[in-house]
Amino acid sequence: MMADWEVVIGLEIHAQLATKSKIFSGSATAYGAEPNTQANLVDLAYPGVLPVLNAEALRMAVKFGLAIGAKIARRSIFARKNYFYPDLPKGYQISQYEQPVVGKGALAVVLDDGAVKTIGVTRAHLEEDAGKSLHEGPGNASFIDLNRAGTPLLEIVSEPDMRAAREAVAYMKKIHTLVRYLEICDGNMQEGSFRCDANVSVRPRGANQFGTRAEIKNLNSFRFLEKAIQYEVARQIELIGSGGRVVQETRLYDSDKNETRSMRSKEEANDYRYFPDPDLLPVEMDQEFIESVRATLPELPDEKAARFARDFGLSAYDAGVLCASRELGAYFESLVQALGAAHAKLAANWVMGELSSALNRDNVEITASRVSAADLSALLGRIVDETISGKIAKDVFEAMWSEGKGADAIIEARGLRQITDAGAIESVIDAVMAANPKQLADYRAGKDKLFGFFVGQVMKATGGKANPAQLNDLLKLKLSGGGS
Amino acid sequence: MLHNLSIGELADRLAARQISSVELTRHFLARIERFNPSLNALITLTGEQALASAAAADRRLAAGERGRLLGIPLIHKDIFCTDGVRTSCGSRILDNFIAPYDATVVTRIKAAGAVMLGKANMDEFAMGSSNETSFYGPVRNPWDRTRVPGGSSGGSAAAMGARLASFCTGTDTGGSIRQPAALTGVTGIKPTYGRVSRYGMVAFASSLDQAGVFARTAADAAAVLQVMAGFDPKDSTSVDAPVPDYPALLGEPLEGLRIGLLREFFEGLEARNAALIEEALGVFRSLGADTLEVSLPHLPLSVPTYYVVAPAECSSNLSRFDGVRYGYRCAEPKDLIDLYQRSRGEGFGAEVKRRIMTGTYVLSAGYYDAYYLKAQKVRRLITDDFRAAYQKVDLLIGPTTPTPAFGIGAKIDDPVTMYLNDIYTIGANLAGLPGMSVPCGFIDGLPMGLQMIGPHFSEARLLGAAHQFQRATRWHEHTPGGYE
Repeated sequence: MMADWEVVIGLEIHAQLATKSKIFSGSATAYGAEPNTQANLVDLAYPGVLPVLNAEALRMAVKFGLAIGAKIARRSIFARKNYFYPDLPKGYQISQYEQPVVGKGALAVVLDDGAVKTIGVTRAHLEEDAGKSLHEGPGNASFIDLNRAGTPLLEIVSEPDMRAAREAVAYMKKIHTLVRYLEICDGNMQEGSFRCDANVSVRPRGANQFGTRAEIKNLNSFRFLEKAIQYEVARQIELIGSGGRVVQETRLYDSDKNETRSMRSKEEANDYRYFPDPDLLPVEMDQEFIESVRATLPELPDEKAARFARDFGLSAYDAGVLCASRELGAYFESLVQALGAAHAKLAANWVMGELSSALNRDNVEITASRVSAADLSALLGRIVDETISGKIAKDVFEAMWSEGKGADAIIEARGLRQITDAGAIESVIDAVMAANPKQLADYRAGKDKLFGFFVGQVMKATGGKANPAQLNDLLKLKLSGGGS
Repeated sequence: MLHNLSIGELADRLAARQISSVELTRHFLARIERFNPSLNALITLTGEQALASAAAADRRLAAGERGRLLGIPLIHKDIFCTDGVRTSCGSRILDNFIAPYDATVVTRIKAAGAVMLGKANMDEFAMGSSNETSFYGPVRNPWDRTRVPGGSSGGSAAAMGARLASFCTGTDTGGSIRQPAALTGVTGIKPTYGRVSRYGMVAFASSLDQAGVFARTAADAAAVLQVMAGFDPKDSTSVDAPVPDYPALLGEPLEGLRIGLLREFFEGLEARNAALIEEALGVFRSLGADTLEVSLPHLPLSVPTYYVVAPAECSSNLSRFDGVRYGYRCAEPKDLIDLYQRSRGEGFGAEVKRRIMTGTYVLSAGYYDAYYLKAQKVRRLITDDFRAAYQKVDLLIGPTTPTPAFGIGAKIDDPVTMYLNDIYTIGANLAGLPGMSVPCGFIDGLPMGLQMIGPHFSEARLLGAAHQFQRATRWHEHTPGGYE
């Protein structure tokens, strides 16, 4: 049944900008402070106070716009979005409505099958976050923490260009990577610094018009985004299939139950009465300002990935993975610098393999890796100079990770140095052959498959330390009856 | 008597140590004690604090410091936040509100060494033209206590008319300084929008509100404005332009000054009112000015335009008064909606509610274009009309009000008639222009005002013209009977 339907997804991503102070007041934005200790008179909306735009937030928004090749508005306007809620002290949120800072742009996303898809960005605008209402604690009371009120957000609105949950995830990951590259958002999803709303609809395959959409609010993990969309798509298809009709509404994803639930329908929705905020003048930017921001752009993930693929002969996929964060890319590049470009593939495999799985397993950021780039390049150097085999190196890596010692120290202490003395390897081969006369006879009678058996026996006897290439050559010679 | 001396004369006597600021302060406090009960011009008295400030000013004077306002007593409109002193804005909803900070206007006047005697009554949230909408009851006009003093700065105007301070502050959103100044026989100036900081001034309509001065004379107003004016980084709409030396420029000759007579102001003008204006024009001609008729074709649209724009902004600005963080909260709220509805329902008066509802309506979906957007377009046309007129003339002159002060209760039940009282003053607010009212005669024993409106940042020209008019006339020296 799924095959008859086309899924249409658009995302509104909220990236909290990494400014030191709030967007319209001088209060700090640090996460986790005691409630209401980072809220001044402006944040509390005292009578008579006025907002003043934080230029750094504007700079960051422009930086994002330039990174996605979007049109930067020379003149943009802040508007008031009016609604009552206790964690919205002014009774309106300052946002942008008709003339956002960042206009149309686009982003290329690599899908699971390696295909590249361009997702349109409709706009990105600046706005302030609300505070938090806490409905817990003594009695029947609600509590309000306004530390977050006035934190700058960049809301990035996509075109309805995504056709599957996985595409939405790939797009969101791409934006996540980008904002961290640009150092405009810490990307911390647990703390809510990076979250999204997903607009989801379905339509019969081939239809021209979009179906009615539901908006799933406040998704703060890639997994929840994927699951929420999958659930919502199935719900809508089932609803339509059973003769029902999708209503335009806001829904909430419950990760415990893995379902979306209706929050409010369009009919109950607020009329936000947007109008230009008379306390803030229109923001005028000249080319000089825009160029000064452009000058601060780092090498972007796509540029870096293209360079990795070109200079180091990596596949587009591997290059993309290594550029998922600026730090990971830097780690990889320092390995390549130490080992030489000829060993880039080895370095890539290790970063994406052993290193990544250790980081994931222990939930450690690359910047806090227990094996530094210098340590890992020392280890890989021992593979390159054939002191140890790749297989032994994995054990050494584990030991480095858990004991925090250098590669050479572990190799020496554990006697893992690879056996490259032909005589020593030959004597082990001789012993193995003597101990397995039947297999030897079978091999010589034409059972070539038994070659692997002998390799395994020799490796077992040497504790895996025999140089694999040498072993291969010597064993072939011996088994065929040659050699000394 | 001290209360009839100009700020300049008082400053000279203070400097010569002929009087002390404490003596001067006691003199005004005694007048307040004597006259305020029948006028209701002040709603908060800060006598003790005033004497302490006066003593401090005396110490500064004794140390040889000199300043135009050092040691001079004043009254602030209760719309300005005053640290540690109740700031009610004439509303029940802020009846218990002690401001935790000073408005920029208050800070500047305080730094100059002026002495605050108390806070002046006003129409609730500056919405009104008669001072009858105050939670604290109507203010009475010292010229006839059965009549209104005008509004919204009615308390400041009445206090000035009765000589209860050397000067008073006020705010003017649609005529709230000029109209009451005219009706109480004092001099009032509303500067260019952006000339004086709005920070700490409780907002009514942010794009129209501007702080200004009530004084006995234009020269006194110049001295006070000199201190109040200037860029404030806390107000994004304040203008970063140098402040001219207003007192030094009062003597600029009027020879060749081109005065425009607004045809729209004189159509249907009551004969006695027209005669007073004509007489005033004669004075200006005798001082060397030329007069010519000009037309602002869109000016008749200013009242309906204003009553869309101002309520729209007020409906949003007043959302912060929700009973959650400060101000009035209803007893025993059942739930959040009940808290909002009753706190606001019980906290706001009828006129404020009328404007919040009007403003909410004109901003709502489906009506925005027809009302708010249309009003903004007309506002632009009115502004362009003024701009075109200033190609031909240096300032515009006409009546401040259609009639002298009306009786308390005469118009309060008829909002449209009340709104028409601002017909001559609103245009300057819509265009952000500076305007002044100076006494120009009497009708039935009640004072009338001559209004002057100049191009943006022409305060020096307005003050100079008013000063020279006052040197040639004696209207501003009249004091109401019993208050001499």
